[in-house]
Amino acid sequence: MSMRKRVLLGVAAIATVTLGLWACGTAGRGGALSSADAASAVYVPPGEYDEFYAFMSGGFSGNLTVMGLPSGRLLKTVPVFSQFPENGWGYSEETKAMLQTSYGFAAWDDAHHPELSMTDGVPDGRWIFINANNTPRVARIDLTEFETKEIVEIPNSAGNHGSPFITPNSEYLVATSRFSVPVPNRDMSIADYAGNFKGMLSFVRADRPGEMDIAFQIIVPGYNYDLAHAGKGPSDGWMFFTSYNAEEAHTLLEVNASRRDKDFIAAVNWRRAEECIAQGQARTMPARYVHNYIGDDHIARSELKESVTVLEPAACERLVYFLPTPKSPHGVDVDPSGRFIVAGGKLATVIPVHSFEKMIQAIEQEKFEDVIDGIPVLEYDAIIAGEVEDPGLGPLHTEFDDRGYAYTTAFISSEVVKWSLADFKVVDRIPVYYAVGHLMIPGGDSRKPWGKYLVAMNKMTKDRYLPTGPELAHSAQLIDISGDKMRLLLDFPTMGEPHYAQAIPAEMLREKQVKLYRLDENTHPYAVKSEADTRVTRDGRRVHVYMTAIRSHFSPDNIEGIEVGDTVYFHVTNLEQDWDVPHGFAALGMETAELLIMPGATRTLTWVPKQPGIYPFYCTDFCSALHQEMQGYARVSPRGSNVPLAWGTGGELKTQPVAAQ
Amino acid sequence: MRRLVKLGLLLAAVTLLGACGGAANGDAETDDAPASSSDGLTAFEREHGIGPITQPVELGPLDASLASAGEQIFRMKCMACHRVDERYIGPPLGNVLLRRSPAYTMNMMMNPTEMSQRHPVAKALLAEYLAPMPFQDLSEQDARALVEYLRTVADSTTADGIPGT
Repeated sequence: MSMRKRVLLGVAAIATVTLGLWACGTAGRGGALSSADAASAVYVPPGEYDEFYAFMSGGFSGNLTVMGLPSGRLLKTVPVFSQFPENGWGYSEETKAMLQTSYGFAAWDDAHHPELSMTDGVPDGRWIFINANNTPRVARIDLTEFETKEIVEIPNSAGNHGSPFITPNSEYLVATSRFSVPVPNRDMSIADYAGNFKGMLSFVRADRPGEMDIAFQIIVPGYNYDLAHAGKGPSDGWMFFTSYNAEEAHTLLEVNASRRDKDFIAAVNWRRAEECIAQGQARTMPARYVHNYIGDDHIARSELKESVTVLEPAACERLVYFLPTPKSPHGVDVDPSGRFIVAGGKLATVIPVHSFEKMIQAIEQEKFEDVIDGIPVLEYDAIIAGEVEDPGLGPLHTEFDDRGYAYTTAFISSEVVKWSLADFKVVDRIPVYYAVGHLMIPGGDSRKPWGKYLVAMNKMTKDRYLPTGPELAHSAQLIDISGDKMRLLLDFPTMGEPHYAQAIPAEMLREKQVKLYRLDENTHPYAVKSEADTRVTRDGRRVHVYMTAIRSHFSPDNIEGIEVGDTVYFHVTNLEQDWDVPHGFAALGMETAELLIMPGATRTLTWVPKQPGIYPFYCTDFCSALHQEMQGYARVSPRGSNVPLAWGTGGELKTQPVAAQ
Repeated sequence: MRRLVKLGLLLAAVTLLGACGGAANGDAETDDAPASSSDGLTAFEREHGIGPITQPVELGPLDASLASAGEQIFRMKCMACHRVDERYIGPPLGNVLLRRSPAYTMNMMMNPTEMSQRHPVAKALLAEYLAPMPFQDLSEQDARALVEYLRTVADSTTADGIPGT
């Protein structure tokens, strides 16, 4: 054993003991294991890596946060649907278009469910998708750059909650209307909801970067479509959606949407949808929605689309079936074998488990108890595989391990319940703190879960951490599920409100990370690839500064000839070609966020100076020992001044005479 | 309490040891020949620099197209800090080949961080200029093209176009 290894082991052992002692003091409050085992299970020695990348939805932050497991360390925030001043996302000229919608520029959204792309029903680490709930959209994040590359809006839809769950080979991801609305949306009395408001199940082509688009939409009754998961193995080709509010209530849903004993899971045969479209049974409907995409030049562009393909179940038989499910079901989860469809009836006293095989038999034998808008309702008793008794109060979501067990969260009784897929019997339960919503096992919604850890994402934090005034970070808890008994290992705070999460073994992403952008491949139209080409030009009242940044100076760093009322574009190219050397850029009085420019990239900040004066600008990301020297001055003169445009670094300024401008 | 303090001290001590171990490891990766003097460098490294170039580089007749490719690279990756004929962020490079061997120049281009930490000449330059030379991801081909370009900007060359031999 090498010296270094021995030393590391020593560190681990001692830190373990220290953490173990500390855990003793808090075990009474938290239920953490009062032994060194829990600490050593989550301890990642300095300089070493976590086993998994975890992707936690940012909820009302609109972002995606990347954390390491088992340590719970925050690695990165990936901005998606909300402006993010930390790196200029949604502020810089290159990224603003990503937040464009048919309603205008949307500065914020509510991101709920990350979903990894899959190949053969297993996460493949190409992309992760996430939904915007408020202004319906889905986004694709590239996992070589951890950057949002594409966002498509979902038309004819409101409250995109049940999204973006993906099919086993990433053919489609889905979007749903948690809120039914008139389709097409129009001015009408809310009291005329029943029959006029419609739900929409949307399928988005997901496996072609740059071409994410609505493949088709299915118009369904005006219920609230909540969550979804794709079939796999024998059930590949099907997508399952939960719904509630079969009452079609439009006010006080807390009471009015809970009157019926059962609501529905909608089972959609998406291969049948492809057939119906091929046979001309779909119609094209006008719809305005926006597709935003970042191209090879690293500039986002928006495109307005004007129609969608729509299917109605009555015109495409055998497309949709309703599976009666008690009682306002929330989560719908398909086990790794693809045989069982597990619903979380949040007001139910059991967890119903539907059998895919029985569902197909019931369809063949036409065991229908009703038909709604062309959608047959199957008989509950004909499709049920079993019910899990005593699953805790308020069952919501289920994930699976690779040993035949399911794990379901119980929101009201604040616990995770482990049960067997062989006999639907509960075998273990563990309290969580507090009010757990989603849970996540790496690959736990796929064909091949990595069943070592479970993360419980709790809705209430209360006394788990040092208090921070009225607003608290949400709390996640890491649970070891490798043995017969679940063991609580770690509490860690999360950003925003993580609804769902995904995780993937670190080695699937680590080696393919982009470290910098090659300068000779930079095709940004305002890039300058040599300090010799840096310049300032005027085009009417617009001034373009073609600027470079390298440790540790800007070129130009002295600029004159700007006038009050000009719109100044600082196009800053980072000339560095080394990993982890971003430069930042900010100017006194600017009304936008900084630029954070990765090596080899170009970003543009827009500035409209309002008063004459001298305006310093500087590098905002500590870049070298001479970072504090990385600064410059822009001179702003009154409008109509005869100050020629002039620029330079370290010597005489180059000028462009006023007459020539 | 005393136990905790002891543990803390142990942790600190052990962490320090760990850090030392890491540094020693880093050195081992590049030290492929025994140190021949107190600076820990081989005779080759002292003359030709530390890095991927481990043999002297023979310059042939001047290759104009290679020099032109080198000039393009110079504009993109070097010019922000170096001028040919004057001191800027870093030293002037016009006559660099009169002072250093081609291999040294290429190692400095490709491996600036280690050179500035270990080579006495590069260390002295850092002490003088203060701005560390950044790594600019130059391939051996790029570095060779840059050498060819630098041959064309030297004040004096020998008959066969090789600056000061």
